[in-house]
Amino acid sequence: MPLTVETYPTLSEAARAFAAARAARFMGGGTILMRAVNEADQSFDTLIRTTDRAMTEIRTTGSAVTLGAGVTMASIAASRDTAFLAPVARLIGGPQVRAAATVAGNLFAAAPYGDLTAALMALGATAEMTDGRRQSIDDLIRGGPTRSLVAAVHVPVPQGGLHFRKVSRIKPKGVSVLSVAAVLPRQGGRIENARIVFNGMGARPVRAEAAERALNGQALGASAIAAAAAHAAEGLSPRDDAIATAWYRREVAGVHLRRLLEDIR
Amino acid sequence: MAKKPVTFTHNGEEKAAFVSDGQNLLDVLRRGVGDLTPKYGCAQGTCGACTVIIDGAPRLSCLTLAETVEGAEIDTVAGLADGALSPLQDAFMTHFAAQCGYCTGGMLMSAAALLKHNPRPSREEVVEAISGNICRCTGYEAIIEAVLTAAANGGLRRTGAR
Ligand SMILES: Cc1cc2nc3c(=O)[nH]c(=O)nc-3n(C[C@H](O)[C@H](O)[C@H](O)COP(=O)(O)OP(=O)(O)OC[C@H]3O[C@@H](n4cnc5c(N)ncnc54)[C@H](O)[C@@H]3O)c2cc1C
Ligand code: FES
Ligand code: FES
Repeated sequence: MPLTVETYPTLSEAARAFAAARAARFMGGGTILMRAVNEADQSFDTLIRTTDRAMTEIRTTGSAVTLGAGVTMASIAASRDTAFLAPVARLIGGPQVRAAATVAGNLFAAAPYGDLTAALMALGATAEMTDGRRQSIDDLIRGGPTRSLVAAVHVPVPQGGLHFRKVSRIKPKGVSVLSVAAVLPRQGGRIENARIVFNGMGARPVRAEAAERALNGQALGASAIAAAAAHAAEGLSPRDDAIATAWYRREVAGVHLRRLLEDIR
Repeated sequence: MAKKPVTFTHNGEEKAAFVSDGQNLLDVLRRGVGDLTPKYGCAQGTCGACTVIIDGAPRLSCLTLAETVEGAEIDTVAGLADGALSPLQDAFMTHFAAQCGYCTGGMLMSAAALLKHNPRPSREEVVEAISGNICRCTGYEAIIEAVLTAAANGGLRRTGAR
């Protein structure tokens, strides 16, 4: 099956072509898709892309930052507006991957990729689709691929900061065994609405709801940390892959959550 | 299927190529332009042997769709030497930083991208810069030492008369 590449000057034209095509993929940085092309993947016959500059813009609007879907990890690492996300972007791949890998591509990358997505979920980010819909990153990735494209991601700037830990066997750029992102807003010293997200503990990044429950209403002390760590993997179903077994991931999830929380204290 | 024309600057020279849909830049450089210095290692993005510099940034040519480089500046190992080897290449020779040589082109370009932006990098910055490149022969110590020595000796271009 011959492959066709279609390039459009605007994202809306690309989105129309994408919605109309039968077996098309939209190309961001191509770090995943070009591998598929090189391997002659037969599941798609059209690659759709756009040269729309809006795709690579980073804009600050009050207490939120808007990232165009095509913003790269390297741009996040370099921009002052995204300083809170830079430590996460710097942990993704090597410099060559970061120069190409995009925000939207990370949302749809297969496990155990998706480190930035875990951070975006912890921050409560929302995706703006080309059909105008806005939905939480959680809902978007739970629903899987859609017929409309991501235009941008809106990211609230966290008050107490974003905490992130990537666990890999090869330093500094190995693929994640798992990664964990946490945002822990506090009221009068007590945690309220904790958001803890694991990447690598399922087919896509997932909230660690049992650990969140263990922290909500508590001060970030030894007993709350121990309780959160004990419940870290509850309800999550990691997979076996070349990096680690599901068993190993379940065993160590709590250890890494505990270390992350102890570092915040 | 019709091929698409692409023009770009290759080591300072204007080049034009006709590329087919889905063709990667590595293939265009090696077969179209005849520059064999970017190596074909994995075509999956993991080895870094195909690293070139596109508009100042290190990129994997195997994962770069050729038609996206329209108007871009592409630098490869073929452009590093300027009559004589660059201090970076020299340092790779004297520090035994190349053995089979398969990774060397990619390592040189990752190091070159670093030295362009940061002429006096720290050891950590060198480690980070080559973290997307795999070497199965030398271990990484020799390569790190070579890049640090090159930085101390002028980096990418020889200084003074020679
Ligand atoms: C060597 C290597 C190391 C890596 N290391 C990491 C790592 O440490 N952590 C990590 O998380 N990932 C890693 N990755 C995976 C990947 O590079 C990133 O996840 C990256 O963010 C993917 O983005 P992309 O733009 O390159 O994706 P592409 O390959 O362009 O696309 C990936 C998927 O996203 C879809 N897509 C892209 N843009 C849109 C859009 N606007 N709307 C809807 N769908 C869209 C595509 O259709 C495709 O299905 C690594 C990859 C390589 C090759
Ligand atoms: S050939 Fe491009 S990374 Fe291996
Ligand atoms: S010198 Fe042989 S792979 Fe590096």
